[in-house]
Amino acid sequence: MSVWVIADQRNGALRKPAFEALSEGRRLADELGTSLEAVIVGHNVEGLCNEIASYGAEKVYLIDHELLATYNPPAYARAIGDLIKEKQPQIVLMGGTMTGRDLMPRIAARVGAGLAPDCIKLEIVDGKLKATRPAIAGKVRVEIGYKSDIQMAILRPNVFEKLEPDTSKSAEVEKVPFEPTDLDTKQKLVEFVSKETGRPELTEAEVIVSGGRGMKAPENFAIIEELADLLGAAVGASRAAVDAGWRPQSDQVGQTGKTVSPNLYIAVGISGAIQHLAGMSSSKFIVAVNKDPDAPIFNVADFGVVGDLFKVVPLLTEEIKKIKAQEG
Amino acid sequence: MKVVVFCKSVPDTETRVKLKDNRLDKSEIKYILNPYDEYAVEEAVRMKEAGKVDEVIAISMGPERAREALRSALAIGADRGILVKDDALDGSDTYVTAKVLVKALEKDGVDYGMLLFGQQAIDGDTWHVPGQVAEMLGLPQTGSIIKLEVDPDAGKAVANRLVEGGEEIHEMSLPCVVTCRKGLNEPRYPSLPNIMKAKRKPIQDYSIADLGLSPEEVGKAGSLTEVLSYSLPPKKEAGKKVEGEPEEVVQALVKFLKDEIKVI
Repeated sequence: MSVWVIADQRNGALRKPAFEALSEGRRLADELGTSLEAVIVGHNVEGLCNEIASYGAEKVYLIDHELLATYNPPAYARAIGDLIKEKQPQIVLMGGTMTGRDLMPRIAARVGAGLAPDCIKLEIVDGKLKATRPAIAGKVRVEIGYKSDIQMAILRPNVFEKLEPDTSKSAEVEKVPFEPTDLDTKQKLVEFVSKETGRPELTEAEVIVSGGRGMKAPENFAIIEELADLLGAAVGASRAAVDAGWRPQSDQVGQTGKTVSPNLYIAVGISGAIQHLAGMSSSKFIVAVNKDPDAPIFNVADFGVVGDLFKVVPLLTEEIKKIKAQEG
Repeated sequence: MKVVVFCKSVPDTETRVKLKDNRLDKSEIKYILNPYDEYAVEEAVRMKEAGKVDEVIAISMGPERAREALRSALAIGADRGILVKDDALDGSDTYVTAKVLVKALEKDGVDYGMLLFGQQAIDGDTWHVPGQVAEMLGLPQTGSIIKLEVDPDAGKAVANRLVEGGEEIHEMSLPCVVTCRKGLNEPRYPSLPNIMKAKRKPIQDYSIADLGLSPEEVGKAGSLTEVLSYSLPPKKEAGKKVEGEPEEVVQALVKFLKDEIKVI
């Protein structure tokens, strides 16, 4: 009756949401008085087991096979799902990466377990998991209970606290054999086209600077990028900016784009349509710069600046540079 | 090749959500075809227009209003609809929904080459049903696609999936499951003649009894999760709003970022 975390890795590196899931899993396991165990799937990923252990997992199931080197939904779901059916953990968690959102429903269907997605809070009530998640574009919160013995949940990235790793900890590693089937070869990831910008991924960033229609032209995003780089931030965009072709689809924050929960979200020239708010209103702090004092973004902003973004943003960048230089 | 597009009737984004006795008050909600499903319908219809697909079937599970969502899909260009409708389905979770949809596909008997879904429905936002259906049917699956190339003769599809930091390109054998999102295509606005034509296209209704399911297997009784309560998110208190000379407002903002958020 242990708590399990499926630790998401890509190219041999664990993803940040995996650490958040391990940290939350540790907390739930302590509350239930049970062990925290992890599953890792990939090829040549045994080296990651120590890192998983440093977040409190006492045991790691290692499923290592050439066919699992890259994400393969049917094969991953079969490998992990059958292990869950055999070992019967009480709770199974995974971070809400794109892999997590895609894979967990398959596993849950295979196991016949209840699944709650995009969770922002997990609790143990009467020995069972209770999950809280936003729905209908963040307009309501839903509390979900489970009727299945195995209780599964996907965690919204950047919401759950990540523990400090303790490298003195170690975990028992159990190698799980994997025998390929016909289904596993029906799909193959043939290429990964990298669109890395050198900036953090939006869903995992601590700080995001986003631009909207008020940016007026694609080249004006240079002032957003300069501020973002100074803050180590990701760059986002509203739907208007993406639809105008100023920014790539992958930058879009909001209902038809990404849902983000950074510590600080700086909305520049974004009016704050309901579709945009759906994707960023769970940010811890929101700063808005807009020339329209009645823009709805100010209703959710902790700090709103009514003014010309083309004056305010470069000045802000200069001021932060000065402070950084002083701290030098 | 025949393809099936899964459609959901969802509240319009602009809808104000009200609660009554801890449940959703649905009395004043306006419903639309889930916007993500529009990408799926559009893609299927384009495949038909390109001569790769000979029939597009739209399927939905839901109350009577789901018929309107199906009509929207038919107006975009789907050929016929399937509506699974039964009072016993009320309260079904995603697992039951997937199970019922799989049964409806079996009952219809369609020899499909591809199942297309929207990446998510904008009400539940679970992203669950496509993966659950794919697993129940033992099919390959590529989610969140922004590009799709299908070769029915070779029995293959190649799909680009938008993920963190780039695109994964997956090759699948048919039949397969894809989930569609913004960036894949630009859904058309149905023309008035096509809206009129959609009213005459057939929609087959099924009850759970038609699918060989009992009330205990569906709805709340058959679900693996249950909604314990709905609540409104905590209201955010209005923050500071400053106006004035750029130098002054920036000083105030810097102080806020430094002292209260401590990012600089």
